[in-house]
Amino acid sequence: MKYIDGYRQGDAGKFLGKRIVENAALLADKHEPIYIMEVCGSHTMAISRFGIRDLLPPNVKLLSGPGCPVCVTDAGYIDAALSLARKDVIIATFGDMVRVPGSKKSLADVRSEGADVRICYSPAQAITLAQENPEREVVFMAIGFETTMAPVTTLIPSAEACGLTNLSLLTAFKLVPPALNALIADAEVKVDAFICPAHVSAIIGAEAYRPYVEERGVPCVVCGFEPLDILYGIDNIVSQFLNGECALVNQYSRVVTDAGNATAQKLFETFLTPVDAGWRGIGVIPMSGMGIREQYEKYDAAKRFGVSTDGGSPDPGCMCGDVLKGKIIPSDCPMFGDACTPQNPVGPCMVSSEGSCAAYFKYER
Amino acid sequence: MDEKKRILLGHGGGGLLTRNLIDEEILKRFGDGPLRGLPDGALLPSIDGDIVFSTDSFVVSPGFFPGGNIGDLAVHGTVNDIAVSGATPLWLSLALIIEEGLPLASLQTVLDSVRTAADNCGVQVVTGDTKVVRKGQCDGLYVNTAGIGKKIAGFNLGSSQVQTGDRVLVSGNLGDHGMAVMAAREGLGNGALKSDSAPVHRLVHALSPFAADVRFMRDPTRGGMAATLNEIVDGADVGILLREDSLPFSAGAKGLAEMLGFDLLHVASEGRMMCICSAEAAEQVIEKWRSLPEGTDACEIGRITEDSGRVILETGIGGKRIVDVPQGELLPRIC
Ligand code: SF4
Repeated sequence: MKYIDGYRQGDAGKFLGKRIVENAALLADKHEPIYIMEVCGSHTMAISRFGIRDLLPPNVKLLSGPGCPVCVTDAGYIDAALSLARKDVIIATFGDMVRVPGSKKSLADVRSEGADVRICYSPAQAITLAQENPEREVVFMAIGFETTMAPVTTLIPSAEACGLTNLSLLTAFKLVPPALNALIADAEVKVDAFICPAHVSAIIGAEAYRPYVEERGVPCVVCGFEPLDILYGIDNIVSQFLNGECALVNQYSRVVTDAGNATAQKLFETFLTPVDAGWRGIGVIPMSGMGIREQYEKYDAAKRFGVSTDGGSPDPGCMCGDVLKGKIIPSDCPMFGDACTPQNPVGPCMVSSEGSCAAYFKYER
Repeated sequence: MDEKKRILLGHGGGGLLTRNLIDEEILKRFGDGPLRGLPDGALLPSIDGDIVFSTDSFVVSPGFFPGGNIGDLAVHGTVNDIAVSGATPLWLSLALIIEEGLPLASLQTVLDSVRTAADNCGVQVVTGDTKVVRKGQCDGLYVNTAGIGKKIAGFNLGSSQVQTGDRVLVSGNLGDHGMAVMAAREGLGNGALKSDSAPVHRLVHALSPFAADVRFMRDPTRGGMAATLNEIVDGADVGILLREDSLPFSAGAKGLAEMLGFDLLHVASEGRMMCICSAEAAEQVIEKWRSLPEGTDACEIGRITEDSGRVILETGIGGKRIVDVPQGELLPRIC
């Protein structure tokens, strides 16, 4: 706890908050308001939980990005899982996915109708499930960004080693860098700087953001999840604008290296291959996902059962796509807090513990 | 009775086994008052004043946890509900629903704890009931207690009494009970974190000299402080501002909550109370509470504001955010 408390120190936080306000006042004369996108859902939650937005002056705006893995999962992917669940397959999943609505229903709905949906706290539990149920097929809902992708991918070599023939992965892995490219290229999205994810960066390395800084002129700061980490990141970005700089800064060097985690990268290379991927509310972004390599396709649930994870038709009124692109804040959605609440979520952004709508509902209504 | 003995279905059948169980386990511990002779109902002396009546059922899992067990918890739960209603708890009923196969020794430990806790609270167990159900139909042991108390003159309590400028006080660390039960259930931690399960009636009595300044009392159990505070401001003209820096949390509860992603404001205590009192009386109340062993960590955590209907937390770094009501059941079966 002492370790964490150090990054929550009130005085240091107040000092940084004050400096941000002072620098932003100087910036106000020479620059339009700056829009900083926190890419990752855990940052969104931390910003809300620690009241960071409340400390910021009007010309420094925070936008939530697409970095909540549950939120960007397509309705079609959920539909595919539902169709497998109805075929008497055991669906193994992280808890957050259970209540995410597909085109019509969620896994929680089909579970109440008798489908076998098991919640796993770690991917390794899927191995145990498959071993304990040799007569049945077990499908693991393999979603996540680079961080989660690493432990989930190890299911393939583990299943090989255990000689399991009844375990497969329904993949919807996503990659952060192609999503950032798409956001920068989208003329409707206003992003001046990125607060880059903490754990994803530990895998891909801080240097992965170099092109945005050098080729696109977008300052990037890799930050940890504690309030002082985030305040430091915002402070750094504001002073970069004030001084007319554009730099890549790794504030989270206690965890993130320049090159990232070579073991995880090797694991991806061995078992996975880049694929086009659909992002809920955003659309297909080329080569922004990872699928299972052909030689391991027996572990690919979509191929094994011949289901498609594309498309689907989520509730047309849900504005998750605009929330995920930072075009609107959750409370701008007409359903926010009325038709859509954590108890009756319409979109995934209200379900996930990292979702922007959930964060706003919980802390900033 | 033998250490290895277990409760059988027959212990609830009304025959000889039942008689033995009642004689040896219940009457031996509680037969020194109105329960003597096992009448169908307890005959109690008349009370001069208003009566407070309350009941609560206990299904905590596991039934034994660091800092207590389902027995003393069941006494404290009802005693505390009566106490924070501004009354002196006097009498309790005790009903047990036992799963067949429960080791007799477990039952004995629980009943001993009930007696000790009742003595400590100055209440008498005056009536009760025992049922045994088939294996799988309950989980070990469920306990219900109901209690009667006598209203203490002078208190005029209720959320409508709360006024802007009043202070929110708590008697000690928040959330230890919920986190300790969670840790015991999930096999986390080393048992160092203990439940705060305890009676608060002495803390309530300590407030009686300030009765005119006390607006509201509550023991923040299920849903924690967040639920209690939101209930007060719901639909009211007032709001509450809490200061994160002044919230009392134990290091053990904080560490575990951080690890599991819980907000300790949502986690139950079973031996703490909060009160809202006038700004003028706040310091004296804290001083009084701190002079009692159960109130050594008493402190002020916030104040009543004009921000109608909202509970706001000022975080350590100076930002503000909402304190929401917990969604659904975060921690099932903690009491
Ligand atoms: S509030 Fe609900 S409906 Fe609106 S964008 Fe968020 S999740 Fe979708």
